[in-house]
Amino acid sequence: MRYLPKSDAERKAMLERIGCASVEELFAAIPGAIRLRRPLAIPGPLSEPEIVDFFQARARENASGYLRFLGAGVYSHFRPVVVDALASRGEFFTAYTPYQPEISQGTLQAIFEFQTLICQLTGQEIANASLYDGSTALPESVIMAVRISDRARVLVARSLHPEYRQVLSTYARGQGLQIEELPYAASGQVDREALARQLDDRTAAVAIQSPNFFGCVEDVAALSRFCHEHNALLICAINEPVSLGLLRPPAEADIVALEGQALGLPPSYGGPYVGVLATKERFVRSMPGRLAGQTTDSEGRRGFVLTLATREQHIRREKATSNICTNQALCALMTTIFMTVYGKQGMRALAEQNLAKAHYAASELAKVPGARIRFSAPFFNEFVLQLACPAEALQQRLAEQKILAGIALERFYPELKQSLLVCVTETHARADLDRFVAAVRAACAEAPRGKA
Amino acid sequence: MGDSTAKARPHVTPGEGLIFEKSSPGKHAYSLPPLDVPEVQPEEVLGAGFVRREIAGFPEVSEIEIIRHFTRLSTWNYGVDTGMYPLGSCTMKYNPRINEVVARLEGLASEHPYQPTELAQGCLKILRALEKALLEITGMDAITLQPAAGAHGELTGILMVQAYLTAKGNPRQLVLIPDSAHGTNPATAAMAGYNVAPVKSNRGGQVDLDALRQLMTENVAALMITNPNTLGIFEERITDIAEIVHARGGVLYLDGANLNALAGVTRPGDFGADIVHLNLHKTFSTPHGGGGPGAGPVAVKKFLEPFLPLPVLQESPEGRLRWNFERPQSIGRVRAFYGNFGMHVRALAYILAHGPEGILQVTRDAVLNSNYIRKGLEGVYDLPYPSPTLHETVFSDKRQARFGVRTMDIAKRLMDYGFHPYTVAFPLIVPGAMMIEPTESECKEELDLFIEALRAIAHEAETHPDLVKTAPHTTRVRRLDEVTANRKPILRWQPAPRPSAGPAPAPEPAD
Amino acid sequence: MYPRDYRYTREHEWIKLEGDRATIGITHYAQEQLGDIVFVELPKPGAEFAGMEAFGTVESVKAVSELYSPVSGRVEEVNTSLNENPALLNQEPHGAAWLIKMRIKDPSELNSLLTAEQYEAFLQSGAPDTGAQAES
Repeated sequence: MRYLPKSDAERKAMLERIGCASVEELFAAIPGAIRLRRPLAIPGPLSEPEIVDFFQARARENASGYLRFLGAGVYSHFRPVVVDALASRGEFFTAYTPYQPEISQGTLQAIFEFQTLICQLTGQEIANASLYDGSTALPESVIMAVRISDRARVLVARSLHPEYRQVLSTYARGQGLQIEELPYAASGQVDREALARQLDDRTAAVAIQSPNFFGCVEDVAALSRFCHEHNALLICAINEPVSLGLLRPPAEADIVALEGQALGLPPSYGGPYVGVLATKERFVRSMPGRLAGQTTDSEGRRGFVLTLATREQHIRREKATSNICTNQALCALMTTIFMTVYGKQGMRALAEQNLAKAHYAASELAKVPGARIRFSAPFFNEFVLQLACPAEALQQRLAEQKILAGIALERFYPELKQSLLVCVTETHARADLDRFVAAVRAACAEAPRGKA
Repeated sequence: MGDSTAKARPHVTPGEGLIFEKSSPGKHAYSLPPLDVPEVQPEEVLGAGFVRREIAGFPEVSEIEIIRHFTRLSTWNYGVDTGMYPLGSCTMKYNPRINEVVARLEGLASEHPYQPTELAQGCLKILRALEKALLEITGMDAITLQPAAGAHGELTGILMVQAYLTAKGNPRQLVLIPDSAHGTNPATAAMAGYNVAPVKSNRGGQVDLDALRQLMTENVAALMITNPNTLGIFEERITDIAEIVHARGGVLYLDGANLNALAGVTRPGDFGADIVHLNLHKTFSTPHGGGGPGAGPVAVKKFLEPFLPLPVLQESPEGRLRWNFERPQSIGRVRAFYGNFGMHVRALAYILAHGPEGILQVTRDAVLNSNYIRKGLEGVYDLPYPSPTLHETVFSDKRQARFGVRTMDIAKRLMDYGFHPYTVAFPLIVPGAMMIEPTESECKEELDLFIEALRAIAHEAETHPDLVKTAPHTTRVRRLDEVTANRKPILRWQPAPRPSAGPAPAPEPAD
Repeated sequence: MYPRDYRYTREHEWIKLEGDRATIGITHYAQEQLGDIVFVELPKPGAEFAGMEAFGTVESVKAVSELYSPVSGRVEEVNTSLNENPALLNQEPHGAAWLIKMRIKDPSELNSLLTAEQYEAFLQSGAPDTGAQAES
């Protein structure tokens, strides 16, 4: 086996030193009755070229060469090549959690930079070193809000990513949380009248997403004022952080639960991504996840350490803020490099291109007979296209032309029939957009008209 | 310390500031194609109130500066690529480069989780192949790949226990956890709403069966056990333990963190486990990445299959794969989409590279290496539990403590000898624990140097204790002031110098 | 070392009684075991605790210890200076770094607590460590 650095002679010499006749003796503690007496029935061994062949063959069975307009929490952006070049350095990706700061300063300083960038991007005061992803950051933020407020009722916007809400309800059962849904208004934003009705003094938090699942930008400042009148916390999920190159940061939210995938991570069929919580300094001891902090060494040099670790499972065990241990550090590093490459000007330029292309596509699609933009609220790079024909029929028709048209919303929202969630980013050239619009036009013309 | 033992060490280059300190207005590193659609005015389409002026504080640097910045940071790290990283319970093995290549292939990394399954058959086949291999290695019946890390897998497993027992009429209130367990176990049980009761270990470092019998009432939902346990000792009475738990209607949960000691030799499903979570970043070589990402698949026996998270992968007789969402007894989702797919690709590449003989050889070498170190240090460091050990060994600092030298000091001194330290002060049942797991990835020379280093440090502890207590001496920074970092936390960079870090001023209001 | 007019618990708290008003803190031994104390979490005035009920925590870099109320009572005052300066607990555990003042329910509860002599003997008999470090 090419990864194993020992010859049989060395193995023999080592066994002799230990005082064993055979390696079998080392396993004597495992009772014979439960020993596996046959070789594992697994494939391999494969040589390196065979492994490459295997995975290339699998890649060809996917959607290579398709033009995609898919978003819904997973966004394709131009990834500068330096992201992978630097994250591929073995010193970064073959290290573990920086428990020994003297020989982990690279990881620790990078985490400190990540925490800082997330604060700058979101307008919050502190950020943790990462959580698994956006969908698990949401329940972690809700549990945190419940801990802070000592209330158990939580209102969650129906316009928040449906799969995130499903994850939240899984976590909520164990925690005994009372989750209630907050409807969306005709504009696509949170229904403020419903919020006024539902919000009360037993409410720990209100959780929204902006831009929300339909792409609509929420008025975080106004919602936060509402919540604070009832001493409830506002949790704001951010799914498309590239939008923060242009959008007013959710500084008025009490907790921001962010999915960082859009900042330099490939879609990779759903993961790995990176979640992160950002919040106010006064909530730091209620926050889950690791934190890097600045300090000095015994000779006065600046250095970084993991800090406030007593919140965590390895010390507080069943009383910890969360059970999280391994997080998504390498993904956080990749987003750090991505944000550094784009920088202050580039993040804005990137966001402006997304905005311009999405609005170009939306305005062209709105001209297609049998199609209109469903919601009136402002949007960033994603919008809901309301069709006069079944969404599945249109998806099917476009797939034949190697275009993945968007996500049919009825799957998640039975009330949104014939609706397609369309995402347009800077990666779409104008010619792609024109081809897409033409294909939608043709499909709408052919398709049997539905009720809308 | 002679040159012969001074070996791998991270670079000690001083002075690389924070990226923010290198920033100056007007520099940039990004490039975008020219905009080929009509420009829009953000204030017009979004509304002026929704647009920010700038991201205050964001860096402005060029590409070469970014390359140098992160390259320099990387050289301050010690990784498996640098040298031996015997962090007990973490299985810091070699991360094969081919895994990185295949995970980044166009057609895999580029795929969107919401593309139609007919156009994702390649991804699904990879997941199915991994599922089958892990089921065979664990001896279980059904599996989910959705959890993002070990602790996430634990939560998934315990929620399944809860759902299963609820379906039988009573979720029960208690989870039993041996006192040698990882902190994630009790934290997980608490997250699922269970109370935790510890089970004490006997003198042999194994679960005390009498204590277990007393605690195992019909109010106990599960026993969460690690086998081999965190002392590296195989629970020889594991089938009796399973019987005690099952007799009272409880579920046996196996923390699979230590599967690197077992793969190909024995299977959790064959020794009574009902649920096992795996850490792909431990046993199956996906990189630890400075703290993640991991992946924590959960495999179960048939009776727990209905409770697996949504969705599960389903194979038609013709071999077509699809996601099945119609599962009324499922605990629901524990994560969006299907888990850390990129990690699944890497783990499958690892299994394919090894094959059955290779996996068995890995297990044998991991156990051989650990016992070789044990032999080399016997008599020099105290071994509180003398039972046979598999892939890791836990010594204690008892002998060195007489000279005021503690496990953390020895760990720090190991850095001067060119090694990453072992796991310090865990498991909790061993005061001054030194938990050493070499993995199969170390050659004999590296192990000899490591043994020599620890023997030399034991000698120093007697003759020059201060040398050990003030270690490390050769790293870029010396011991760091963690007390101040905790009392006055500074958790982000801010432009103006901030001599004392009380409550920070609020950041620039959203502009 | 240990004031004669205080009473002590095996969990290393001290209590000083003046009328029905008690001052509670942690012992010199406790602070020494914990090492540098970085954070103290205390209840709000008005909170009520039964004897041996946890009323707060004290933290070092790598350990958390629960604080137990030696007797039953109602919190009247909390030492807020410890929020800003937890190091005071390492410096003056028996004095300026008191934790809470309580109105106690039943002064006879103190009878079951250790005297200074008994506490010192308890320490000499090898009191268990209060905190442990852990990592993995």
